[in-house]
Amino acid sequence: MIIDHPLLGPRDSSEFVYLGDASLIDRPDWQAENAAEAFYDYAYLRDNPAGEHRELWFHESGDRSWLVVTRNTMTHEISKVELARDVARAQGRSK
Amino acid sequence: MTQGNRLSGGQIDRNTTLNFKFDNRSYTAHPGDTLASALLANNVRLIGRSFKYHRPRGLLTAGSEEPNGIVELRTGNRQEPNTRATTIEMFDGLEARSQNRWPSLKFDALAINDRFSNFLTAGFYYKTFMWPAAFWEKLYEPMIRRAAGLGSLSMQEDPDEYDKGFRHCDLLIIGAGPAGLMAALTAGRAGADVILADEDFALGGRLNSESFALNDGTAADWAAQAVAELSALPNVRLMPRTTVIGAFDHGIYGAVERTGDHLASLPAGKPRQILWRIYTKRSLLCAGATERPIAFENNDRPGIMLASALRTYANRFATTAAQRVAVFTNNDDGHRTAADLHAKGVKIAAVIDVRPDAPINHDYEVLRGAQVSDTKGRLGLSFVEIALADGSTRVLECGALGVSGGWNPNVHLTCHQRGRPVWNDDLAAFVPGTDLPPGLSVAGAANGAFSTHGALRSGAESAMKALDLKGSLPDLPAAEDAPASQTPFWYVQGCSRAWLDQQNDVTVKDVKLSHQEGFRSVEHLKRYTTLGMATDQGKTSNMGGLAIMAELAGKSIPETGTTIFRPPYTPVPIATFAGRMKGKEFHPTRLTPSHYWAKERGAVFVEVGNWLRAQWFPLPGETHWRESVDREVRQTRASVGVCDCTTLGKIDVQGSDAAAFLNRIYCNGFAKLAVGKTRYGLMLREDGMVMDDGTAARLAEDHFVVTTTTANAVGVYRHMEFVRQCLFPDMDVQLISTTEAWAQYAVAGPNSRKLLQKIVDPEFDISNEGFPFMACGNITVCGGLRARLFRISFSGELAFEIAVPSRYGDALMRRLMAEGEEFNVVPYGTEALGVMRIEKGHAAGNELNGTTTALNLGMGRMVSKKKDSIGSTLSEREGLNEPDALMMVGIKPVSQTDKITAGGHLMNATGPVDAAHDQGYATSAAFSPALDCHIGLGLLKNGGARMGEKMRLVSPVTDLTVEVEIVSAHFVDPEGERLRA
Repeated sequence: MIIDHPLLGPRDSSEFVYLGDASLIDRPDWQAENAAEAFYDYAYLRDNPAGEHRELWFHESGDRSWLVVTRNTMTHEISKVELARDVARAQGRSK
Repeated sequence: MTQGNRLSGGQIDRNTTLNFKFDNRSYTAHPGDTLASALLANNVRLIGRSFKYHRPRGLLTAGSEEPNGIVELRTGNRQEPNTRATTIEMFDGLEARSQNRWPSLKFDALAINDRFSNFLTAGFYYKTFMWPAAFWEKLYEPMIRRAAGLGSLSMQEDPDEYDKGFRHCDLLIIGAGPAGLMAALTAGRAGADVILADEDFALGGRLNSESFALNDGTAADWAAQAVAELSALPNVRLMPRTTVIGAFDHGIYGAVERTGDHLASLPAGKPRQILWRIYTKRSLLCAGATERPIAFENNDRPGIMLASALRTYANRFATTAAQRVAVFTNNDDGHRTAADLHAKGVKIAAVIDVRPDAPINHDYEVLRGAQVSDTKGRLGLSFVEIALADGSTRVLECGALGVSGGWNPNVHLTCHQRGRPVWNDDLAAFVPGTDLPPGLSVAGAANGAFSTHGALRSGAESAMKALDLKGSLPDLPAAEDAPASQTPFWYVQGCSRAWLDQQNDVTVKDVKLSHQEGFRSVEHLKRYTTLGMATDQGKTSNMGGLAIMAELAGKSIPETGTTIFRPPYTPVPIATFAGRMKGKEFHPTRLTPSHYWAKERGAVFVEVGNWLRAQWFPLPGETHWRESVDREVRQTRASVGVCDCTTLGKIDVQGSDAAAFLNRIYCNGFAKLAVGKTRYGLMLREDGMVMDDGTAARLAEDHFVVTTTTANAVGVYRHMEFVRQCLFPDMDVQLISTTEAWAQYAVAGPNSRKLLQKIVDPEFDISNEGFPFMACGNITVCGGLRARLFRISFSGELAFEIAVPSRYGDALMRRLMAEGEEFNVVPYGTEALGVMRIEKGHAAGNELNGTTTALNLGMGRMVSKKKDSIGSTLSEREGLNEPDALMMVGIKPVSQTDKITAGGHLMNATGPVDAAHDQGYATSAAFSPALDCHIGLGLLKNGGARMGEKMRLVSPVTDLTVEVEIVSAHFVDPEGERLRA
């Protein structure tokens, strides 16, 4: 596969390490009332869609960016590649 | 007589004669021959024995689809089993042997299997060798393995090099027949970057096999001209001998180039095969079509071949399988074979055409509405028996029979991304579907354009479309444009021992049997009968099996469906996939800066991940590793030892939020760590399990150096970047791995300070007051060399770790050894390191095994509840905090001489020994020179409360039971007085 890195352009997927579902960005609040349950969901439960999937890839043999790649699991078509940091910020994560 | 079956003409170089051997007999051939054509020219029809029934077999085809003509090539360590004689390019000195026969090809003892064919039908193994179960491993399987299978391996290492490479192009054209050549001309003339790949050594595809004209010359002449023009275009790369084996994601294709298989010996340093990864913008499949056989009784005798193959052998290779040939066909193309062979002087016994209205010919007899009902000939075809249209039978004498059942487009690559071919009624064949790999289009016979004109035209059109070229089509050479309809005829009614898959010995009868036994899906049929599962992947047999299955089920072929095609298109040696990654080159080897110093000292090395680390340093006279290791431990604890710990991961953490970041990464607190201090850090995974441990040294307010274990260095860095970028994107913190930038050494033992004081520059005070336990700082050594010093201890002794830039590592080690002579300094390896950490009760990889929590390791109280850190929330889960949770303990044998075995399980002193009564297990074990006995660390249920308890350590694997006592894990200096000295 070829991943179109937002900073570096098209790169072969062999330069990357795959992690999985991009929902790992949505780490729960440790002080929330339901923190234990929320962390359980966060750590163990994932969707496994046949179709579009937003997933985390690490450019380990490259610039060490974490990316959010939107990939169709049926066709492997990649429709979007974003810096995970931008995604995290857009989702309200900060410090 | 040599080459008795040579004909006139052909594309072979008669001026040069090559010598080769088949089954130790010498023959001659010419450049341009394949092994197959050379064998036919020398009147060798019998080439192998079949897989199951050991029936005599010859060639079926002239190409890579060959199921039968499979031989062992070359000798010694270059011996290669299961190579197709039809694709082996002849070279001088070639040696090949037939396979699957004993004692000889002409007399094969296991041909007896053929007599028992009634018992050896589909599912035979499943039904027969069911029980008793114990017989399977000892009797049935070895017996079957000896009897079945084809070639044998040399059992020696392949001496040749294989390589990998990357190429890029605008348009990849797969196949250099009429469609491929015309597409390449069109795209090449327009200036596009083109790669034209073909599995054959001669580009041209069927053009090299046909007698008809293109423009004023022969088809082969036109192909040669096209290749010459393409060779002159700098933007076109021709890749003969290159099989495109798979269509992968995003326009990436895999291709195998056989750079050296056609050479008697490889030039030094040249690879034998190259696995290419070709990145394409667009691609065009021009893979042509494969002729399909007709099944009839005893259709597997040597001499019975595809009609198109006979034509290829005659026109391209100037040879014939026999001097008297018959043709059995259901279409006009079969008649071309008869005409071409007749024109070359081969006697045509008859053309047997199933169609009542078949075209007649004045040069030879055409039997209309006739079918081949049986054949005779022990080691090769001698007679065919024909059922004539009027119901009578006729026997014809002939040495070869060309069979033509029509053509199947080679759609394989169109299915590599789960696309399915669609049935075309006019062609009675599957053609590429619409669900192609993105960027791929199909032209020529592969797309059902069976006439030469059709192929040329579709090649040009497809290239223009793929590259979005404007303007009119290029001029096409004048070529035949025969209509391309086919009426299917799959098998002769009433036949049973009629072969579909010749390589796996699957007959029409087997397909019927599997239907009778209830196998309705094509995939089940395939697996039950093994149809299409041999090295040829059913290129000539799948369609026939499918058609018969459809007929039995009363369905149409498209309703019955097809099996899916997967890469590779043709077999690829494992060596080609491995490329240079074999033996020591399988992964990179990482050496520390003082590796060669350690080697000079005679160190024994151990692989730790990619690193080589010194395991121990034997001295002359030491005969057992324990002697060396015990000495290293004693000497270190008595005076001073030095250990290379460069391989530990080192991560530089900088930024105004560096401390806050470490507070999230580690479960224990880091915010208040003073500058100039080091702290042990425990890192959890988000699920609450321990991920790794190490130290973080605060060199400045905004600068930490973090260490990781050697094994987890890569994973921890990845994790830290994840936390930084994905979870806390606004933290002002930067990470970089500096593992390879610094050479680091542990200097341990009561004299370690004295030794270091000899090299640390005098302005730095490293006394106990000036540089207490857990201090760290930037210093200089040896008169100005920058270094980092950490007062940390893994051994439990007064100890330091000193780091210098990598290029000074070797010099520092030599200096420490020289300066340490007065203290009797000793270098120690990873074994002594391990012994000392077990004596001290430090957890390491054996305890940080991915299933342990901080609580298990006796560090439960380190997990801060006052802050958010990765894993802190889930570490509080009830199940991880039960009163009988495993706790790290020390294990001592009750009898001083007994041994502790890591992996052994702890059982109560009395009571049953089984999984239900399991109390825990030993994780690490060593001989402790300090205690003069074996000791161990282990994880024991409620271990903290069981000090002094006598238990049994049991290992059913090694049949061991040892009485042990549970003790504190801190065997040596439990109060930590030495550390702080």
